[in-house]
Amino acid sequence: MSENIETAVRNICESVGNDRARMMDIVREVQETFGCVSDDAMDLIASQVRTPRVEVESVVTFYAFLSKKQNGNVVIRLCDDIIDRMFGFERIRQTFSEALGIGIGETTEDGRFTLETTPCIGMCDQAPAVMVNDEIFTDVSRDTVVDIVEQLKAGVAPERLRRRLGDGCNSNPLVSAAVSNNLRRKDAVIFAPLECGNALNKALSMSPNEVIRDIKTARLRGRGGAGFPTGMKWDFTRAAKGEKKYVICNADEGEPGTFKDRVILTERPELLIEGMAIAGYAIGAKEGIIYLRGEYAYLRPYLEDVLQKARNMNLLGTNVLGHEGFDFDIRIQMGAGAYVCGEETALISSCEGLRGDPKNRPPFPAQKGYQGYPTTVNNVETFCCVARILDQGAGWFSQIGSKGSTGTKLLSIAGDCRRPGVYEVPFGIKLSEVLELAGGDGAAAVQMGGPSGQMVGPEEYDRTICYDDLATGGAMMVFGPNRDLLEVVHYFMEFFVEESCGYCTPCRVGNVLLKERLEKIMQGKGEPADLQYLEELGTSVKSTSRCGLGQTSPNPILTTLKNFRPVYEKLVTEDQEFRPTFDIQQALGEAKAIAGRPSMHFTD
Amino acid sequence: MSENTITFEIDGVEVQGAPGQTIMQAADAAGIYIPRLCAFEGLPPYGSCRVCTVKVNGRFQSACTQPIAEGVIVENDTEELLEFRRNLVDMLFVEGNHFCMFCEKSGNCELQALAYRLGITAPKYPYMFPADRNVDASHKDIFIDHNRCILCARCIRASQDLDGKNVFQFVGRGPEKRIAVNARARLVDTDLDVTDRAVDVCPVGAILRKHVGYATPVGERKYDSAPIGSDIEAHKQ
Repeated sequence: MSENIETAVRNICESVGNDRARMMDIVREVQETFGCVSDDAMDLIASQVRTPRVEVESVVTFYAFLSKKQNGNVVIRLCDDIIDRMFGFERIRQTFSEALGIGIGETTEDGRFTLETTPCIGMCDQAPAVMVNDEIFTDVSRDTVVDIVEQLKAGVAPERLRRRLGDGCNSNPLVSAAVSNNLRRKDAVIFAPLECGNALNKALSMSPNEVIRDIKTARLRGRGGAGFPTGMKWDFTRAAKGEKKYVICNADEGEPGTFKDRVILTERPELLIEGMAIAGYAIGAKEGIIYLRGEYAYLRPYLEDVLQKARNMNLLGTNVLGHEGFDFDIRIQMGAGAYVCGEETALISSCEGLRGDPKNRPPFPAQKGYQGYPTTVNNVETFCCVARILDQGAGWFSQIGSKGSTGTKLLSIAGDCRRPGVYEVPFGIKLSEVLELAGGDGAAAVQMGGPSGQMVGPEEYDRTICYDDLATGGAMMVFGPNRDLLEVVHYFMEFFVEESCGYCTPCRVGNVLLKERLEKIMQGKGEPADLQYLEELGTSVKSTSRCGLGQTSPNPILTTLKNFRPVYEKLVTEDQEFRPTFDIQQALGEAKAIAGRPSMHFTD
Repeated sequence: MSENTITFEIDGVEVQGAPGQTIMQAADAAGIYIPRLCAFEGLPPYGSCRVCTVKVNGRFQSACTQPIAEGVIVENDTEELLEFRRNLVDMLFVEGNHFCMFCEKSGNCELQALAYRLGITAPKYPYMFPADRNVDASHKDIFIDHNRCILCARCIRASQDLDGKNVFQFVGRGPEKRIAVNARARLVDTDLDVTDRAVDVCPVGAILRKHVGYATPVGERKYDSAPIGSDIEAHKQ
């Protein structure tokens, strides 16, 4: 091992105080510096932070952005999302492959470039999108690809490849991203003008219990998708015994088709920070963590700066806004490519420097969360609602939206619509109205809430968007009449197989079985009984899985079997006498290659 | 009745337990068998195999991790749950390469015994026949056959909690998830000892001692005479 690596790894570990709980920061930094976390590096990290080596390997092999094998200096990640597939993913992939002379998962011989795919990076409204190291490129065409590769080969750094900057704060020097906000509709809660400090000041003039009471009066529910009452969560966390408490912001926006937090983090980070500080005051926490998904690393310098400005204004720090005894600060924890970390207990595991495995519940995070201390985990948008409730009043907030779903909701709309982007709409709005806003009339199907949600057809477009009817964490994918819905479903199942943590049997194995049976049907080899097989297996996975990922992963199949059954039935007709379920020649392929001749018994 | 007793119901039978007990612990004490694979007495509950899934007041929970609570209604031995359990055991069979007829664990294997108890004669799911499961026979007294591993984490927990070591941990995720050893590659390079509890707790034939393979003949093995769970049911009040 070169002394170089040894010194660098040691320095990286020491920069976080050789703290095993900061493993994510350590391995991310090592990966960034050396293009991999090698066996040598893992040994070193292990001895430096005094943990078994296999624990380090366990973390490194869990996250998609970390690798044991050597990556190129430049890692190009193509966003392989269903929306990207609809808008030219394959063309882009081919062009990159040709220009670099490598396939997906490969590194060029000179060690300069690695080509990979990655699930949704939160840019569906400007697909197809590509990450070049941390740099984001959107609306990518073949010409852009040729240009990017040419310049990279000439030695131009990824961050100097941008041809334009996005709108709003995307052009802030610390962001400097070619990302567009596509913020199409603003409403009163998230995107109304903001006076910094107002909300927090009002909160600090009340008792913590009064703050929680206000959140309850506003009937605020979690914006991430599950819709748990925020005030109740805070009550539990406040009531739980613990010498320390934590506030965690879930900014691991990984549900394919969701990109609303991206726009909040770009345009309203101040609102988020105030909301977190209010939460800290309400539950009695001094520390907050923003868990930022690895794909949004381009926002990190900007967010660090916003945090610093908040400290300068005493919105964070000691005796916040002059309130004696209330200290609160926030640090950013980067993720490294794992959808399951959006599940709150997996997110806590990741913050603790572990694999992103969900934890057993009970105990719930409110009782035993980060490092065993009572913790509240809330969505980015939820914290923003909190700040606005304190600023404008619970009564004001509860007048917006519908009875069981107060306030507004951010929707990320993408796919076959003329105006993809982020829409802030009051709860209770009809799906048809939203489709009209986004120019998605004529849609044959809409996926509400991402893959874990449900797919609905035109006969359900008069349903309303709220917790009690069409619930959504924000994703809304629109599919026109020419789309193959089973391809969409298949993509979603591939996604869940890829993103399952593998902890529990039904999710680890069941999703693979579901995907394989779906493929059989799509190849025209299915039979009517396969539909029942899918339903029974899907129900087993839903019912017995350990966390929300597995409990929702069969939804793409189950909701389309319910709402779009004819699509399946067309493929599983009973009119054939004999339907081989597998391709004998393909199965014999390896044997034929070894023997160097065709099979004597199974002729073509 | 003492204040420290919690009374609840499993399949219509009144069961009592102490605060802090899990549903599985209370059921065991009452002589009610809830099928399980990853749970093991003396190891912290893990909740990964999901075979012990029960319904608690209408909600699915794993009995090995769910604490008992006053007055809850638990369903255990219902056709719905038995079907789920058969499916889960089926999944574990097709996920690996389990060839009972020439596995030396046969008869002592909890996966096999549970399949028999649940009435599985052949898996209904298609075999996956994974080709990337290796055998590590580098250690002089112990070997690991990953073909038979069901990822229950018993060895991980036993090594940490009972042996005070850290020989095993998971690497990879999703279908790629595997047991790895605390060394660059081989078991022999770890501090695993033949007397470690981690070697005993494997429910299947994935971690086995060498040199003792067929010491007990087939026909005289643990589950040859009575189905798995009989020991628990034996002390039914």
